[in-house]
Amino acid sequence: MASNVAITAPQTQEDLLIEEYGYDDHFHDHHHGDKYQSNFVTTYIFSQDHKMIAKQFLITGMFWAIIGGLMSLVFRLQLGFPEESMAWLKPILGKWITVNDAGIGTLAPEFYYALVTMHGTIIVFFVLTAGLSGTFSNLLIPLQVGARDMASPLLNMFSYWFFFLAGVVMFASLFLNTGPFSGGWTAYPPLSALPQASSGSAAGMTLWTVSLVLFVVSVLLGGINYVTTVLNLRTKGMTMWRLPLTIWAFFITAIIGILSFPVLASGFFLLMCDRGLGTSFFLSEIFIGGQALDHVGGSPVLYQHLFWFLGHPEVYIIILPAMGIVSEVLSVHARKPIFGYKAMVYSILAIAFLSFIVWAHHMFMSGVNPFISNFFVIFTLIIAVPSAVKVFNWIATLYGGNVRFNSASLFAIGFVSMFISGGLTGIFLGNSAIDIQLHDTYFVVAHFHIVMGIAAFFGMYAGVYHWFPKMFGRFMNETLGKIHFWGTLIGAYAIFWPMHYLGMAGVPRRYYSFDIFDTFRHFSTMNKFITIAAIIVFALQVLMVINFFYSIWKGKKMTTQNPYGASTLEWTTPIEVGHGNWPGKIPAVQRWPYDYGKDGREFISQVEPMTEKEIAEGAH
Amino acid sequence: MATTDTVVEHEVHDDKELWSGAKEPFKASYGKLMMWYFLLSDAFTFAGFLIAYGALRFSSPTWPVPDFVFKTHPFGSSELPLIFVTVMSFLLIISSVTMVRGVQEGHRNNTKGVVFWMLLTILGGIGFLSCQAWEWTNLIATEHMTVTRNPFGTHVESGVYLNDDGSESDEVFEAGASYLIHKAGGHGHGHGDDHGDDSHGGEAHSDDGHGDGHGAHATDPGDYKGHVIDNEGFLHRKYKVTEGPNEGMVKYESFGPKSFGALFFFITGFHGFHVFSGVVFLFIIMINAASGLYVERNNGHEMVEKIGLYWHFVDLVWVFVFLVFYLL
Repeated sequence: MASNVAITAPQTQEDLLIEEYGYDDHFHDHHHGDKYQSNFVTTYIFSQDHKMIAKQFLITGMFWAIIGGLMSLVFRLQLGFPEESMAWLKPILGKWITVNDAGIGTLAPEFYYALVTMHGTIIVFFVLTAGLSGTFSNLLIPLQVGARDMASPLLNMFSYWFFFLAGVVMFASLFLNTGPFSGGWTAYPPLSALPQASSGSAAGMTLWTVSLVLFVVSVLLGGINYVTTVLNLRTKGMTMWRLPLTIWAFFITAIIGILSFPVLASGFFLLMCDRGLGTSFFLSEIFIGGQALDHVGGSPVLYQHLFWFLGHPEVYIIILPAMGIVSEVLSVHARKPIFGYKAMVYSILAIAFLSFIVWAHHMFMSGVNPFISNFFVIFTLIIAVPSAVKVFNWIATLYGGNVRFNSASLFAIGFVSMFISGGLTGIFLGNSAIDIQLHDTYFVVAHFHIVMGIAAFFGMYAGVYHWFPKMFGRFMNETLGKIHFWGTLIGAYAIFWPMHYLGMAGVPRRYYSFDIFDTFRHFSTMNKFITIAAIIVFALQVLMVINFFYSIWKGKKMTTQNPYGASTLEWTTPIEVGHGNWPGKIPAVQRWPYDYGKDGREFISQVEPMTEKEIAEGAH
Repeated sequence: MATTDTVVEHEVHDDKELWSGAKEPFKASYGKLMMWYFLLSDAFTFAGFLIAYGALRFSSPTWPVPDFVFKTHPFGSSELPLIFVTVMSFLLIISSVTMVRGVQEGHRNNTKGVVFWMLLTILGGIGFLSCQAWEWTNLIATEHMTVTRNPFGTHVESGVYLNDDGSESDEVFEAGASYLIHKAGGHGHGHGDDHGDDSHGGEAHSDDGHGDGHGAHATDPGDYKGHVIDNEGFLHRKYKVTEGPNEGMVKYESFGPKSFGALFFFITGFHGFHVFSGVVFLFIIMINAASGLYVERNNGHEMVEKIGLYWHFVDLVWVFVFLVFYLL
């Protein structure tokens, strides 16, 4: 796969420009024989090449997305069809399905909670953090800033393998006799702090914590690398204001991760002590089975503070990369410069800053002082401002554009739709008074699934469809892609729109069954509808996975270097990108990345020098 | 970066140049930047712990007084509180100074100087760790503080201790006075403020083998009116309250806030682990420096500078740990 051709004859106009203006770092003089990718193991497994690591992140993320998605189907079946037999799942779920004499199988309630917990943990951390930011930060940062690779390819490789290890530990916990952790993905004490609290709180929670500490290490190794690469390895002429918005988003995401994940680790270390050493950091005056425990003086709310100090920025760690991808994809396929480039950057910065001072809005009902809540309400609602700036800019970018409606751009547009729908309900939930009614209901479930679950997935899909040719040299199937898009768009709304009504009616989340509540029983039809929609949507994602793997080997071949007519640097690399990204010189950047439809030309590559007219007009 | 043809290297002379790409802003190499960002993340880890400390401390009605808790040192005790931790902190801080000298010699490519000053730094780190080991041993073995038990208490009411026959002794105390709960028959604090435990040496065996320790009372308090001995053999002295709404009530000394012990061992332990890793890395880098590896790299012993950053960070964290546990 890795071609070791040192210099290829220039093919395109971009190649000629790179040859003329780029600079020679003698990279290929030092890398004879490409020692990094000399055999199968160093090429595909312990690879230090950022493009391969990106693919590893993506495919591992897809594996986890399927596991996490299947889990949601099982508990959706329980919610939608509680009276139906689940005996057919016995071969897979084993003892968690109890089959009675009549042959009716029921899902064990404690396993229902385990499924809900694992679904959340897996999707939030393994899919939407590692799978999304890990994939595209790795793929795009060196390619779009004009670097040979990450600042430290070795640490970059470790970043993936720590993620892999975290996955192994989490996967192992699924097979424990006592089951995986079942106290919710937020792992609040006392369920997480006392091994005797529930079956999942025993070994399941131990593995859960170990897994996530490994994951934090992975995020930090990755994040430190991304930030350093963006700051130090930009090519000549690539000023900060010439960075594509994807890079701005990954850069800020990495900084948020560096600042927030360590605090989560702090909380986990203290939690481990409570579990293993008998300390009382998060436990106070607690009884279990009628017996008083010897834990006094701790504070469960303290854990919530430490958790949500990560937990809220984590939302932006998930959504910012998707926003960056969407900005790029929309601009390329609308054939228009992104509207309000600087406003986009400043709103990313504003969102990142605000994300650190709003965490307690997850704790309005946890007994925090209502006066303190006011502070958090105000800053939470202020986040709507930079978010709205971004939304208007995306819409303005589309307005009057010559839009190509392909899978990538459709998913980017779908992202904007999801982000608006989910963002509006965020304004409801940001109010501590309205939260009294809505907290812990399906309204919350609907809100965060739309705004950061589906929206982030849409951003990810936009990225996968758009950069698939860069990754594999082939295109994904467009027809399947469009079926995937329209089915998922309609299906996702079919799943989550009705949940708003459930939530406003007070239906609480995380309940195994509503049989004993007269108030909620008449929602059973709606629950059936949601479950069916969920099954269809899941099937469509499987279709996408099939399309993905099929296209790796059988997709339509990429014949030109720059199939979309995009101006950013990754499209100046050869079709089969080798180690070091550019076969000859590194391109020098002459202009910003969004010159579309300028001076009667469809696009102007970043490597093309500015004309005198442009300089006279003050272009940058 | 080395260039031959098209690119002319400019001296950095304004901000625009600084960020224009193909050069390192502020001339910070990627390795140093990575260290800085790692330290930033580590600072947030410690901040998380110290915030936990603050939250737990301020939700506790009393907190042990550092001058009382940390007044022991090897070879007995004196009336100089914090003297031991002062020595310990001095060792660590001075090791930062020697580190600076090591980095300086590195810039001059003077291998001998680098090794000499790094060796002193390592000795400072080992000295600090040894002091910490002694301090922990003393707290755990002699004073019986563990992650789940804190024998350092603070009186919230003024009172007078009782004699063994139930009469008032002449030992009076004010609210806010500190006490240490001893093991019956043990050697106690070693402060010279022993309460004559030795006469009750036999009571160390009054453990009745059930109950869970804290808050349990001696088997037969009637015989020993001056104190109660709990299941674990701790002797809680009785006293009569002499002021306030509870005046006249007889109480006994209870354990101090549990979280003190847990937080102390956790946070100083986490910091100590950082110092330990620092010593290990310093050692490895010193060996490399001695071998001339960094002279070969010809980058002003950057590796020494990077471990120096880490070492100063560990010192800085100690300043905060010292502040919250020993001064406040």
